[in-house]
This record gives sequence, C-alpha cells and structure tokens, in this order.
Amino acid sequence: MMKKVIALVLALMLMLPALALAEDIVKIGIYEPASGDSGAGGKQEALGVQYANVKTPTVEIGGKEYKVELVTADNGSSTDKAPSAAQKLVSENVSVVLGSYGSGVSIAGSQYFADAKIPAIGLTCTNPQVTAGNSHYFRVCFLDPFQGTVLANYASKTLGAATAYCLGELGNDYDQGLITYFKQAFEALGGTVIKEDFPTGTSDFTSYLTNAAMYGANVFFCPVSIAYSTQIISQASAQGLEIPVLGGDTLDSNVVAEAAKGTNVQVIITTFYQEGANAEFDEGFKAWLNSDAEALTNNGGNDMISAVSVMGYDGYYTALAALQAAGTTDSAAVMAALPAVEIDGVSGHIAFDETGDAIRTSAFVKTVDNATGEWLFLTEQTVE
Amino acid sequence: MWDTIFPYLLSGISVGGQYALIAIGYTMVYGILRLINFAHGDVFMVAGIMMVYIVAAGVPLWVAIPLVLILTALVGFLIERVAYKPLRSAPRMSVMISAIGVSYTLQNLVLYITGGLNKQYPTIPWISETIVLGTAKTKLVTVITPVLVIVLVVALVMLINKTKIGMAMRAVSKDFETSQLMGIKINQVISATFVIGSFLAGVGSVLYFTNYTTVIQTSGAMPGLKAFVAAVFGGIGSIPGAVIGAFIIGIMENIIKGLDVILFKSGLIDKPVGLATFSDAFTFALLIIILVVKPTGLFGESAADKV
Repeated sequence: MMKKVIALVLALMLMLPALALAEDIVKIGIYEPASGDSGAGGKQEALGVQYANVKTPTVEIGGKEYKVELVTADNGSSTDKAPSAAQKLVSENVSVVLGSYGSGVSIAGSQYFADAKIPAIGLTCTNPQVTAGNSHYFRVCFLDPFQGTVLANYASKTLGAATAYCLGELGNDYDQGLITYFKQAFEALGGTVIKEDFPTGTSDFTSYLTNAAMYGANVFFCPVSIAYSTQIISQASAQGLEIPVLGGDTLDSNVVAEAAKGTNVQVIITTFYQEGANAEFDEGFKAWLNSDAEALTNNGGNDMISAVSVMGYDGYYTALAALQAAGTTDSAAVMAALPAVEIDGVSGHIAFDETGDAIRTSAFVKTVDNATGEWLFLTEQTVE
Repeated sequence: MWDTIFPYLLSGISVGGQYALIAIGYTMVYGILRLINFAHGDVFMVAGIMMVYIVAAGVPLWVAIPLVLILTALVGFLIERVAYKPLRSAPRMSVMISAIGVSYTLQNLVLYITGGLNKQYPTIPWISETIVLGTAKTKLVTVITPVLVIVLVVALVMLINKTKIGMAMRAVSKDFETSQLMGIKINQVISATFVIGSFLAGVGSVLYFTNYTTVIQTSGAMPGLKAFVAAVFGGIGSIPGAVIGAFIIGIMENIIKGLDVILFKSGLIDKPVGLATFSDAFTFALLIIILVVKPTGLFGESAADKV
C-alpha cells in the first residue's frame, strides 16, 4: 500500500515541471482561409507557419522559455465570415496574428484586431489598404502598386504586348486593386487596357476568353483566386488561347501548375520566392511535408513549395523576433516593438517602413513548364 | 457579324443545355408535389464530387459514369424518402424549409469531406477533345450537350405520355387526392420523379464539369439557381418550358458577356463600356420582367403540359 502511495506521489512530482512549463504559453493566431475560393492558398500559407513552429516550438521572452501555441481561425475566404474568425482569435487572447491570404478578408478582420490592440502581420496580402492608416497591421511581402508595375513592365517590355485584357472578380479588393495598378503602369508605358469583371461563383469563362481574343489582346491578365484561375487555364486550353495568361502572387500554387500541365497555355506570374533559392529551407520543408500525410494533402498532394508557405515561415520568425523584442506576451507591447524588428528571412531581408510594410525592391517572375507541370524561374524583376 | 456572335452563341447553347438538365428536375418535382426542391442544385454538385472520388479510387471511366448516374438517382430517392415523405401531410412551407435544410446539409457534408478545396474533375476522353467550328474552338462536349438534351427530353416526354408510370405522373400532377383514390401508388410515382430528376442532374453534371473542371461544395449553387430561374421562366411544371427557358437564359447570359465586343465590332460604340459585368444582373432582371408580364411563365398556362 505504502509503496503505491509513494509511487503515485513520485509520479505526480514528475508531472510538476511539465505543469509549470505548460503555464508558459504564448499564442500566435493563424488567420487564414481553410475553405472557400482561397482555401488552397490559405492552407499552404498556414503550412509555412506550422513548419516554422515544428522547427522552433519555443521562444525565450524576457528570460523565460515560452511554448508557442498556434491558434487557427478559418475566415472562409469571405468577408462576411472574416469577423467571426477574427473575434475567435481575439477571445483566445493571442499575442500576435499572422495572415491572411487574400487582402479583402485581411481588411475585414483588421478592425477587430485594432480594437483588441493585437498586432497583425500580413504574410501575402498585397493590397495597400491593409496597412495604410493602420498602426497595428504590418506585412512581410511586397505591395500591389509594386507588383502591378512589375507585371506591366514585363508584359510591355519583355513580351512586347500592346493590348492587355484584364479580368477580375467583382468586389474582390485584391483583384481590383492589382488590376488598377497594372492598368496605370501599362498605360503609362503606352499600352491599351481592356478591363472586365465576373461575378462571384462564375465557372464559365469561355465568353471572357472569346472577348480577349476578339479585342486582339496580347496578354490575358487575371490576378484571381486559385479556384477561378484553374478554370480559366483549362478553358483557355480548350479554346486554344494563344496569348500568355498573366497573374499575380495568388497564382503561385502547384494547383495552378497542375492545371497548366499538358496544355499549351503559357502562364506567367510574379511571386515572393522561387524554389531553389534557399536549399536548406527547401530540403527541410519537403522532408516535413513528406513525413506528415495531412500536411501533404493540404499542400495539394505533392511537395512542391509555394511562395506563400515561405512567407508564412518568415512571418512566424518575424512574430518571434517581435515577442523577444517586446520582452512580454502582452499584445500591445508586441505591437510597439514590431516597427523596429528586422530579420533575415528565407525570402530576403525583412524591415518595416513607416506604414508597416516590408521594404521590398524585387519580385520573382515565374512560368509553368507545360510538359512537367513545374514552376520555372524566368527573371528577378526590379522596378526603379 | 455572324463570326463575332457565333462563339458566344455556342457557349450559350452549351451552358443552356446543362441548365436544362437541372431545370427538368425542378419542374417535374414542382409539377407533382408543388414543391421547390432547393436541394436539387446540390444533388448536381454531389454527382460531380462522387465522380471525382470514384475515379480517384481507380474505377475505370466506363464503369464510373454509369455508377455515378445510378448513385445520383439513389441520392435523390433517399432525400425524398428521408426529408420529404414524412412531411407529406405537413404544410407546404415545412417541406420547403426541409429542402433548404437538405441543401445546406449536402454542402457542409461535401465541405467536410473535401476540406473546402477544389477538386479537379476527371478528364473524360473524346468529349474533352478540342474541335474547331468556324471561328470558334471548343470542347466536343459543347456540341454534344444540346443534342443529348434533345434526345433525353424526347425520351422523357415519351415516358410521360406513353407509359403507365407516365400516365400515373400526369394523373398525380392533375389531382393528388383523386389519383390516390383511383389506386395509384402515390409514393412510387413521387420516388420515380425524384429518380428521373436526379438522374438527369447527374447527366448534366458530367457534361457541365467536363467543361468547367473544378468541383467545390458551392459548385451547385449558381447552376442550380440559374436552372430554377429557367424553370420558372419557362413556366414551372412544364418540361418543354424548362428546356426552352434554360436555353434562352444560357444564350442571353453569354451574349451579354460578349455584347461589348459585338457592339464594338459593329461600330456602335467606340470603346468597351463594361456590360459584361451585368451578365448575372441581366439574367435576374429578365426573370422579373417575364414574371410581371406573364406571371405563369412562357408555357405556364396550358395545364396539359404539366407532368
């Protein structure tokens, strides 16, 4: 009997340090779409954060070791579901939020984070409105005015296009913003732009593709969600579209590459990262994906690296750096510490300007190899 | 001029045919039960998702396609047995709410299974091939769709007019209670209606997703809504009405998308004015206008056309 009691007491004592450790938890919110039109992209972005968390599960804040707990909230790719997802993170008392994929949902959730004094770090939301005038929203990627100019320069100078056909989703901040910046830059270069919109939920793009051909456009610019872009690519292939399909960072997904595989459609995009630029990261990330069946499914079934995952990875380390700089898990202190944070990420050096945007000067231009369905590096484009 | 309009017309006829196959299901169920089966668009989507998973499981296409059609018919049958039959004597509004419930259940079930990610529909050889028609390049399925629709509709009309079950359907749609008194097994007739409607939605889904290759839980919402509009437009309860309504809506929608180009090419406008944006708004505005002018729809008045 006595022996049993002693054994029990000893066992309980062994658990004590574990209990003490469990108390030191810092929460980081993942505010990403896991369903809806941008579900595929949101999941890949979250994968980067999860991988970084597996690699660095703890962080030292103010001399104490904290375990980092990731709290996920699905904003459903839609601005009407975004508030409840944001409120979930606020009620979980996260110290900092990462995300979201898609500028529209980021803007929709922004106010809830601001009210709770929780800083947010946008990973791949490129619309200027996300951070403009917000002291709590930061971002680690480049912006649409920059990206639009890069694409316009590439279309006009490298592809020699005179007329561009632009297609965006009605009411989608990301699509409409990027098209506007593209249009400004492309027209400044002497080109003509024809712009059309499609309503949410469209799956028949045949008439829009016919329109582009009828107007004699030289490029088809559609910076839309992955779900729409795969439809556009497969229908463009059926209609024998001869002009290149241009897209923004959203199209940088193996799902899109898969759709273009075995077709004659040339897909050209701008993005944050090109597989091969950091061999150590590539290797570690792929090994992790292949060891975790669910992660592999969320990455679209293969181990191709999406740039959004890299941004998620860099975002996580930016958040850790901010927590360390703040010396506390208090979200308001983290917010105050964020502007001065600088790290050397996989995607390049990250430092914030006065609006809270990362200072970026170059973007990668990639295309799909139609035979193998893999992304090929074309050029690194800078804008002077 | 013709060269400009032709590609839009082709897209319109193709998508119209696919709407028609869904619209028939709406109109038949309405004809018999006076019920708007809101879950019908989702049955169409479920057919698409089943195809994705059955083919992914390694089943060859020549087995998968008939299997999907049978399973879709079964889904329709089960929905009626589980969600509508127990409410046969309940107020009509309760059945309709039940239908909305089924619709959301199916969508969320698929959301759960797919994890909210788009599924790539399997490529069906032959009908996925690209062909050249005058000035337009398109998939072969675009041309097959209207032909197949006409064949199926003729077969359906024959079934309704020449067979015993067809006669029973016509009787039930005329007078529910009296036909029961005449010894018609009403539950069998209703089940047959759901099986036929779901089967046609299954055929529609094969044609539709061959053209527009991704399936997601909301894939059935827009086509379902358009098909419903088509059924009302043609006069709900009338099969020829639903088919004609569907073709009109499909063609109109695509012509509107290309209206800028057509006006531009014929010199009526100097630069595009962005009319394509209004393609859906136009479809629903058309519905309002038709209903204001002709409240029963195009073919709604002649009761003899009802199923």
